[in-house]
Formats: sequence, structure tokens, C-alpha cells
Amino acid sequence: MPETVTIKQMFLDPSRCIGCRSCVAACRECDTHRGESMIYIDYIERANTVASSPTVCMHCEDPLAPCAQVCPAQAILVSPDGVVHQADETRCIYCRNCGYACPFGVPKFDIQGHYMRKCNLCYDRTSQGKGPMCATVCPTQAIFYGTYEEWLAAGRGQQGAKPVNVFYFGRQRVRTRNYVVLTEDDEALDLLALLDKASLGLGQEAPAATASRNAADWVDARTAGLPERAAPAQPWTPREPAPAPVPASPAGPAGRDAAR
Amino acid sequence: MSVDKSIFRRRQRQKETFDFHAATSVPTAWETSLDVERYVPTHCCFCGVQCGMYLKVANGKVVGVEPREDFPLNHGMLCPKGTNAYQLVHHPDRLRQPLMRKGGKKSSLEPVSWEEALDTIVQRFQEVQRAYGRDAVAVFSGSTMTNEKCYLMGKFARVALGTRHIDYNGRLCMSSATGANERALGIDRAANPISDMLHADCIFVIGANVGECFPIITSYLWQARDRGCKLIVADPRQTPIARTADMFLPLRPGTDLALLTGMLHVLIKEGLSNEAFIRERTVGWEETRALAELYPPERVARVCGLRADAIVEAARLYGRARAALIYTARGLEHQSKGVDNGLAAINLALATGNFGRPGAGYCTLTGQGNGQGGREVGQKATQLPGCREIEDPEDRAYICSVWGIREDELPHAGYPATLMIPAMLRGEIRACLLICSNPLVSLPDLHTAERAFRSLDFFVVIDPFLSETAELADVVLPGNLWAEEEGTTTSLEGRVIKYNQAVDPPGGWQDWQTICELARRLGKGQYFAYRSPRDIFDELRLCTRGAKSDYWGISYEKIEEQGGVFWPCPDEEHPGTPRLYEERFGFPDGRARFHAVPYIPPAEEPDETYPFVLTTGRVIYHYLSGNQTRRIPFLREMAPYPWVELHEQTAQRLGVADGDWVTVRTRRGEMTAPALVVRTIRPDTLFIPYHYGQSQAVNQLTNPVLEPMMKIPEFKVCAAAIEKAPGPPEWAQALNQEDLARAQERRRELPAAARRATPQPR
Repeated sequence: MPETVTIKQMFLDPSRCIGCRSCVAACRECDTHRGESMIYIDYIERANTVASSPTVCMHCEDPLAPCAQVCPAQAILVSPDGVVHQADETRCIYCRNCGYACPFGVPKFDIQGHYMRKCNLCYDRTSQGKGPMCATVCPTQAIFYGTYEEWLAAGRGQQGAKPVNVFYFGRQRVRTRNYVVLTEDDEALDLLALLDKASLGLGQEAPAATASRNAADWVDARTAGLPERAAPAQPWTPREPAPAPVPASPAGPAGRDAAR
Repeated sequence: MSVDKSIFRRRQRQKETFDFHAATSVPTAWETSLDVERYVPTHCCFCGVQCGMYLKVANGKVVGVEPREDFPLNHGMLCPKGTNAYQLVHHPDRLRQPLMRKGGKKSSLEPVSWEEALDTIVQRFQEVQRAYGRDAVAVFSGSTMTNEKCYLMGKFARVALGTRHIDYNGRLCMSSATGANERALGIDRAANPISDMLHADCIFVIGANVGECFPIITSYLWQARDRGCKLIVADPRQTPIARTADMFLPLRPGTDLALLTGMLHVLIKEGLSNEAFIRERTVGWEETRALAELYPPERVARVCGLRADAIVEAARLYGRARAALIYTARGLEHQSKGVDNGLAAINLALATGNFGRPGAGYCTLTGQGNGQGGREVGQKATQLPGCREIEDPEDRAYICSVWGIREDELPHAGYPATLMIPAMLRGEIRACLLICSNPLVSLPDLHTAERAFRSLDFFVVIDPFLSETAELADVVLPGNLWAEEEGTTTSLEGRVIKYNQAVDPPGGWQDWQTICELARRLGKGQYFAYRSPRDIFDELRLCTRGAKSDYWGISYEKIEEQGGVFWPCPDEEHPGTPRLYEERFGFPDGRARFHAVPYIPPAEEPDETYPFVLTTGRVIYHYLSGNQTRRIPFLREMAPYPWVELHEQTAQRLGVADGDWVTVRTRRGEMTAPALVVRTIRPDTLFIPYHYGQSQAVNQLTNPVLEPMMKIPEFKVCAAAIEKAPGPPEWAQALNQEDLARAQERRRELPAAARRATPQPR
């Protein structure tokens, strides 16, 4: 296993995500994915916010690829550069063990073909030095592909962001190839603790919606004492009844300044 | 985005039966054994950003897309529309043959030969013109096509048909911005290239849903913020860029003008205006200053529905920046005072001296693919190529000399697109040729618009697909897509770029050939003797020589060498002009104009019967009328139907849960759609996306009042009432009701929805 600093990783930054699902669309275009997307975009809590977050295979390094470790058919290959591949469809027995083992809920199951599919970091592209499809098309760099140094140079690090690749699920620690971008105070992402804090949405007070922080009631301009210019409404035509025919004016229907 | 797909529970899980990679019908995974013969460098056909992309061609078919990392604007980035755009090329819905109603209006469209279709068109146009005069035939053009084609449509209308009535769908899109740019700055183009964002200390985005409508530009916004730039967003909804903005102003729709003038008031009061710049480079400051005095933030805040201190803070953030950019788009342009809104934004930039430097300027984000080019090359009611004036004797004389016609043969100004509708109803316009536009989705007050198009004696549509509008036509000619022709477009930065042809059109004809052939049959072939789009471009260059939008120094080769050329580019050595107004503004005296524009309320304010404000807009998955994007499976699945976005407080008052059917009613009509209950919209505002047709079209409801100068309709504000619908509308009857009920039940069981404390109404 090469040290993680020397290889290119993915940096997932939900704060930059606009939920456009370009990555989802582009993933399908990769020759290894063939019309099926291996990345997910979720709206966290649409009622409260437009926040969204990408989920893609994190390519676990320690423990190395739990999905591959639990595979009874040795169908999941981990290549020497640390990329965890999707199941070899000739070996996969469709037992779904990998789905249970994956800490991030990544594997997809092809019901018709009876085999598991997941992100293989666009191996056909990344092994040739190109970026994976999702990171290449991402319009916001919410998915960034490069070395740690390249990520720092891109500037996000200077604004108090820090990538984290250590996750806790209770006492289980998982270190991954890919990073999630958090704030500079964070050393690791403790998912179980976060889940406790969020109390599964059961808390009485929902978080204040940022959307209405600066909003207030309104009155019309006259009441507010604001000078206004009354402009006569110019409907294109009275609705009913249909107007009497008007002959075309020889000087042109609209003066020079009227419609440019 | 802002799309929570769970509201589309009823969507059918159909397997794609068409393999867009192999362009054949196959049931399982996409073909990957295809040998890609060529990677055609071109651009996305959708929005004004015009991202670079490669089209993959195998076996003579477009089979995929490859990010084009060498294009300087998007560096390989694409939005979902761009990623899927290639799927249009061999789409099963493409028109391959002309269609015609042989037995009059009542009969159905049936395939005919090109010969018969073209003959009929020419014969009917000539009949109408003989009976009612030359101006009885109108041309309704579009802007999502190459400069060559846009130019050709203007020339075709004026030279081949000899009608004064030629206008285009940009009238519904960016005409307010044109009005503001021309009146205040003198040149109708964004002042700065997008890369200038990286030099700005503050970016103020007002009425522009950048994340959804120009997704690639979000990248520049985020990179600017990485460098410490502050972001102010004003929008009635929390848009994706507003979520993390430094300052978010959720203003009431239709009050942008008050907000902008209120900010100017604060700038003046705090001494943040740039007096040296105002003195040396502008005129009209005193009147504007006096007007702004009357707009203190406390009062403005009450009209806009904002907190006064937020306005003050936003003004300080903007005024103190060393270099600041303002971006506007349809949000403030689609209003009956759209031009004034733009002028107020320009006032702000002028007062702070934010022009002509890196990171300092005012830019409008043009929406359509070739929205910028389409508005310069002479397909507008009052314009000749190169932003020339049709009533200016010099401009007329010059264009006539290029075209080789007599000056008295060149018609004068005609109706703007929105005034063609009443003219059709009056019987003044009796026939129409429509290309690259779908007004039966995009015009306001659709019932009136539909009556108008149905009242035509003869109606021709050129379109790659059978759009809602084409369904009403007497003759439909198959149009070509962007991948099937060569030509240039001009992006929202003013960068002229080039499409390259990947394949031949399925109908066999490229649109420019169709138009030239029509001209020939109308007896004007000598003016349309082009052999290729390059010939048309060369003539266009000549037409623009010495004009404001000067393309004279641009060639196809130069575009490819430089990765696009910014106009004006007056000669072959000139590299182009990415940033405008560095030395002087576009008026003879070189100075910009302030305009004192008092606040005008929206044409319809809420009242007791219609207590809400309805605003419309776009989603990332669809482009304009959706005629193309609604046919792409991925995009259709993401946002198949319209919905009504409303605030939780409103929903609770109405007894509406997320996903319930609600009916929205205005003075023009009503529609029913599922509710999306959120806290990311103002409680007094409703939002419905506009990309859908017929009974799903929000434009049945919108207000057709027009801006007095540019005649743009007020899509963004009208008064509306909303109530819970008794059941699904007709268009939803086909959906599986049991699934719907079960999904709704599940959703109600969610703890968050059930137990959340009820917010107290204000």
C-alpha cells in the first residue's frame, strides 16, 4: 500500500454542493459504468434547506475494503494502488454481504444481472492519468480529485476547511482513501455521535431556517412612505372580449424608442 | 436541485428502452465496445455559458460526451444538461420528414416530401402577402442557434419576405438587460469575463439562480470565496448559492428596484461613493443622488419585506469592497420594470466606481445558448446586424450596401415578439414562420397566446422535435440540432465560440439550407447564395464591421486558436476585448449615464382574493421550454412534472401536507400540481417551475403586462390564490394512485414531520 499522500484522492465537500447531480449523470457515461450511476446525491432535509451531499465509495484503507474482506466469493478486487473495484460479475454470487459490510452504504445491486456494482474510481480513466467522471464535471468542486497538496493549493484550505479521512462508527475506526471536507477543528467524523445529536429528527425544536433570517413583513410603498411612480399596466391585449381590429399604422407599430 | 424527488412518487419506473450510446434500441446496459472514431470539439447547446465538450462519434453516430478540459471557461466541468445533451442527437422523437396538414386546419399532421412542403409554404406566404400586404407574414425566431442562423433569419425576413415583423424569443429573456445596458453603458454585453470573479472582493447576485441556471459559474463563485470574496445573494427563495452566502436577502418578488436604490442611499450616507470616478466618467449623478436620498433603508426594508439592518450591512459589504461585481438575471429582468431594475443595479456599480478593472463590473447572465449573439445579429424588431439601428439612416445605408438592396426595400421596425400576439388576434399578422422557439410554453397568459397562434391563416414551424407549438402548425419542417451544423455562438461573456459538425441531420437538411431554399423559391435566391455557414459568417462579419459588436477580426481559425474571441474585435491582429469600459463607456462622450429610477410596484400586488405572490423560474434539469430536456430520460426522471413550492406556515394554514395536490389560481387561469412544503421560500411567495407545457404550464397563470421600453412580460410577479385540490388533475390521472397514497402515508409517519413544533405565524 502506498502512503496516501502520494496518490490522488477524492475530496468531497458538501458545503460546495449545489445538488445538481451532474456527477450522477456523468458517472453513467463512464465506460465501466455503462448507463448506471455509482454516486448518490441526497438532499439532507429539503424542508429546511437546499443542502445536499454527495456519497461515493470512499475506498477504505484501514481496515482495507471491508466489502472485499467479507466477500465469500473473492469477487471484489483491490488493486495495488488502493482502488477497490466492483464485483467481478463472473464471480459474484449476489449474497449482498458487501452491502452489509460497507460503512457508507455504497454498493448497488444489479437485480437482473445478479451482481454487485460500485464506484471503481473510473479505473479506465484514472489509471490513464485522467480524473474520474464525477470530479471532472462537478461544477462546484464539491468533488475534487487530486493530491492533498493540490487540494490545499486550490484555496479551500485557507478558509478554515480541513479534509478528514477518519471516521468513527461507535468504537470502529475507519480510515479511507477519499476525504470529506469539514472545518479545521475536526480530526475525524464520528457518525454515531452525530446521529445521537441529531436525535433522528425527534427533537422538539427544529433548527432555525437560515432562509428567513433577514426576512420581515412587508407593506406597500405608499404605507412605507417610499416615493413610487405609478406606471399604467400595459397588458398585451385586453382578455375578453376580443378587441376590434385595428389597422396597421403606417408609421410602424412601435416608435424607435418604444421597442428596441 | 431544489428538487426533492420524493414529490414525484408517481413517476413510473420504466426501463430505458433506447440505448443513447449505440443509438439503437436495446434493453440492458449501454454498449461500450464501440470504437470511437472522432472526438468532435464543440460546446454544449444549452445555456449561455456554452461549456466546451467533445462529442464522441462512432459508426457515424453521436454516442457520448467527453469532458473538454482544454476549454478555458469550464475546464471539463459540465452540468447534468450538458452531460446528457448528446442524447438528443439520435433521439427517437426527432422529426425526420416534413409534416403537413393536407386537408386544412382540422386535419392531422402527416408526412410529406420536402418538395411539397416547401412549395406549399412559399405559395401560402405569397397568397397571404398578396391579399394583406407584405407585413402580414411575421417571423418568430429564436436564440438557441448559431449566429449564422440568427443573422440569416433577420435577412430572410427583411429581404426574402420583405416583412417588418421579425423578432425572437430573446424578447422574453434578456431584453430588459439590453435596455439597461444600452441606456446606461452604451454597449449591450456583460462588462467582464467570468474569470473576473476571481479578482473580486464582493459579488452581489440579485435575481439570478446561478447554481441552477448557470451551474458552471458556481465554480467561479466558490473559487472567489476561497480567496476571501464576500457573497451577497438577493432572492425570494433560498437558492443553492444563497445557502452559504455571507449575506442573504430574501426580498419580496418585484421589489428589487427599491432594494438597489436603498443600498445606494446607504452608500452615499456612509461616504462609500467614488466621487472621482463619478466626476470623470459619468453624467447624471445629481438627480440619482437626490432620488436615492428619498429611499432610506428603514422604509425600503418595509417594502421589500427585509430587515433594515440587513440592507445596511449588504450595502457596506458591497461599498467597502476594493473591486465588486454585480450579477443579475431573469429574476429582476422579467418584470414590468425590468429595464429600471437593471439601471438601478448599474447606478450602484457606477456610484462605487466598479467598472473597467479586474473584478469590478456589472454583468447580466444571459440565459439562452446564443442569447448574446442572437441579440446582436439583426433578428430583433428594431435592429440590424452588429447592434445597428434599423431607423438610423447610416446603418440602413451600410447594411443595404452589404446586402445589395435599395434602401427603400429594407423594411422599418416591426413588432416585438410579445406584441405579435395581439397583432395576430387583430388579424394584422396572418401567417408566421417560427424557428427555434416554443412560445406555447414560454409566453405568458398561454390561453391568449394559443388563441393567437390558432387564429393564423398559415403557420410554419421549423424544429427538431414536435414541440407544443409545432403541434399547432400547418407545416412542420425538421430542424437540425447543434451537433449537425457548423457555426458560431456568442456566450454570456461576449466570447464568440464555434460549434463543429459531428453528424448529418436526420431530415437531410440543415436549417440554413432550408431558409436559403425558401428564399430561392420566393425569388430572392441571389441574396442567399451561400455555400456553407462560413460564407454566412463572412457576410455577418462584414455587416458588423465598425459597429458596436464588431466581429470583423474574428475568423473560424482564430476562434479555434484562442479558445474563443471576445467582441469587439475590429481587425485580424486584434486579440478581442474580454473586459469592457477600461478606458471609456460606449457613448460618444465616453461617459456612463446614471438614471434616476423611482420605485414602481409590481403590476399586480396581492389582495384579498389573490393573497400570494406567484413567481416562476427554472430548475437545473431543464432548459427553457423543456422541448429538448423533457425528452432526455435522465433529466425527465429528475423533474418530470411541475410542483408548487410553498412555505410551511402557508401549508399549515391551508391544511396542506408535502406532496398534496394544490390548485394555484390567478386572474388568467389555474393549475394543479403537488406541493413541496419547505422553509426555503418566503411565506408570502409561491414558486412554480416553468418548463412544462399545456395543463402543466405555469404560464397559463402569469401576467402578460409588458415593460414599456422593451416589452418583456412580468413573469416573475403576479398575485395568486392557492387552495388544496380535491384530487389530482387530469394530467396526473394516469399515475398509480395506490402507490401515491402509500408513499404519502409513509411520509406522514416520519418523526420529523409529525413532531416538529408548529411555527407561530407572524
